[in-house]
Amino acid sequence: MKKIVINEEYCIGCRLCEVYCVSQHSKSKDIIKTFKSSEDRPVSGIVFEENGYTTFALQCRHCKESPCTTACLTSAMYKNNNEIVLHNKEKCVGCWMCIMVCPFGIIKPDLKNKKVASKCDLCIGREVPVCVEHCPNEAIVLKEK
Amino acid sequence: MKYVIIGYSVAAVNAIKIIRKFDSLGEIVVVTDEDRIYSRPLISYYLAGKVSKDKIGFIEYDFEKKYNIKVLYSTIVKKVDTKNFKIILSNRETISFDKLLITTGGKPIIPKIDGLENDTAGVFTFTKFSDAENILKYLEKNIVSESVILGGGLIGMKAAEGLLNKNIKLKIVDLTDRLLANTFDKKASNYLEKKLVEQSSEFIKENTITKVTTKNNKIVSVTLQNKKVIKTNMLIIAIGVKPNLDIIEKTNIKTDRGILVNEHMQTNIKNIYAAGDVAQGKDFLSNTNSVIAIWPVAAKQGKVAGYNIVGKDVSYDGMFAMNSVEILGIPSISFGITNPDIKDSQYKVLSREDKNFYKKIVLKNNKVVGAILINSIDRAGIYKLIIKEQLDVSEFYNNLLKDNFGFLVLPKNFRKHFVTGDGIEV
Ligand SMILES: Cc1cc2nc3c(=O)[nH]c(=O)nc-3n(C[C@H](O)[C@H](O)[C@H](O)COP(=O)(O)OP(=O)(O)OC[C@H]3O[C@@H](n4cnc5c(N)ncnc54)[C@H](O)[C@@H]3O)c2cc1C
Repeated sequence: MKKIVINEEYCIGCRLCEVYCVSQHSKSKDIIKTFKSSEDRPVSGIVFEENGYTTFALQCRHCKESPCTTACLTSAMYKNNNEIVLHNKEKCVGCWMCIMVCPFGIIKPDLKNKKVASKCDLCIGREVPVCVEHCPNEAIVLKEK
Repeated sequence: MKYVIIGYSVAAVNAIKIIRKFDSLGEIVVVTDEDRIYSRPLISYYLAGKVSKDKIGFIEYDFEKKYNIKVLYSTIVKKVDTKNFKIILSNRETISFDKLLITTGGKPIIPKIDGLENDTAGVFTFTKFSDAENILKYLEKNIVSESVILGGGLIGMKAAEGLLNKNIKLKIVDLTDRLLANTFDKKASNYLEKKLVEQSSEFIKENTITKVTTKNNKIVSVTLQNKKVIKTNMLIIAIGVKPNLDIIEKTNIKTDRGILVNEHMQTNIKNIYAAGDVAQGKDFLSNTNSVIAIWPVAAKQGKVAGYNIVGKDVSYDGMFAMNSVEILGIPSISFGITNPDIKDSQYKVLSREDKNFYKKIVLKNNKVVGAILINSIDRAGIYKLIIKEQLDVSEFYNNLLKDNFGFLVLPKNFRKHFVTGDGIEV
């Protein structure tokens, strides 16, 4: 299985990964349209950290023994046949068990709508996830693991 | 090989998935006294009307077929015969096993209260789907504008959440001085108490119910320890749950509070395993055995039991108490030791708060051993990670409560190890 690997030394903090993640998961998949219209702007599946000159972008690690799927009370958080951790908004009740157990803190809550707001789906259906494809400095790369 | 599992909930389901991974032919028989399988924590959402009856499950609709298991619903196990390796059902039938997994969960503790009978109408416990159904039926037939809940712990507060959504005012009575006493401190409780008042409800602390008054076998009022009488036609009893040990009473299976299990989830009897709320397994923080009655622990123990039942040597490394509860619109997450003995100099408490949020971290010998997060739960799991990894935080503990808390606060080698590590299990 392919996994996203990040290299904080190479990250220049441009946040293009976030921009592309958001537009990829919007209805239009168009950057301009996505960022102009507030209805069509999903939350990015990337957590971006910044402290002085050190920056890095982190997304779901799709853990082998995924604590989020084990803790989920509804099985909204589940693994598909390709071992990718996915989230089903329909089933989610916003109990935040996944946020409690995710050791990477990459699951974001939508407190208003009581649902997990975003969760990396490895750009399912695409050969290369957009954050990897658009990272200008190979801080986010795809590796066979 | 014949596997028998008693109880059909989260521990059982996780065990079944693992057993079938390694043994596609063995016979798996599951016996449950309930008439369906559902996610227990969702009964409060069902009561509130937020989740419908058909959405309360947590497994695929074709689970039984897919995993090729036979489930005997509405079937009560009376006893485990540890000498002859069989279980005895209430209808006297027996089922023999090669390997047995006991996942009978917990049952509500019901205190002796003057005037309270087994069948007093309007009095409920709140741990099963049928409890939620019975409450809903009662609400249809009776006008309930105010209810009393005995117990302000997790289950009491879950019931409270459900009832407040039905516009029922509440009086929550608890012996301690705070809500969610096992995990919250007084300050954390205050955030919820304030919300209760906004909903015309009240927390009555350091008190209990000494008498239930009925009319035609239906509750009409309760009397508190301080002699105060509260008129009500509904009472929820939620002072806690205890491991359901009925079926192993008078057997040679060793118990303390729950069924004692080793790191393989095995009881003292070979081929008999236990997992979930009924089991007393390793507690990571205290290094003793304790019952930690929460969903993720039941799931994990079920998995570990599954591996060992099929002969794979997988060890349970112990978990610790944790919970995520959103009550009255306030999300909260807590981990581990949250109310340390402040006289003990090994502990150090850090906290930060304003009127909307509260964060507290408990350190023991420079390692995080507990946390309370009220209305500020972003990235909470990282605290769990550093508790589990016993990371020494003496160099940077000042940053643990900052808004930008995340991996960049942690030492570089630690963070790199985790971020790039594969298949890590936390
Ligand atoms: C209202 C409520 C809210 C909760 N909310 C949360 C939450 O938010 N987060 C969290 O982590 N945990 C929560 N919990 C706890 C969580 O539900 C339990 O930890 C979990 O269900 C334990 O699973 P288990 O498999 O050990 O057993 P259980 O789910 O307790 O299932 C045991 C099963 O065994 C059956 N059984 C018992 N005896 C027999 C017998 N003699 N014969 C046949 N069958 C038998 C029982 O009927 C039951 O179906 C909540 C619990 C309740 C009641």
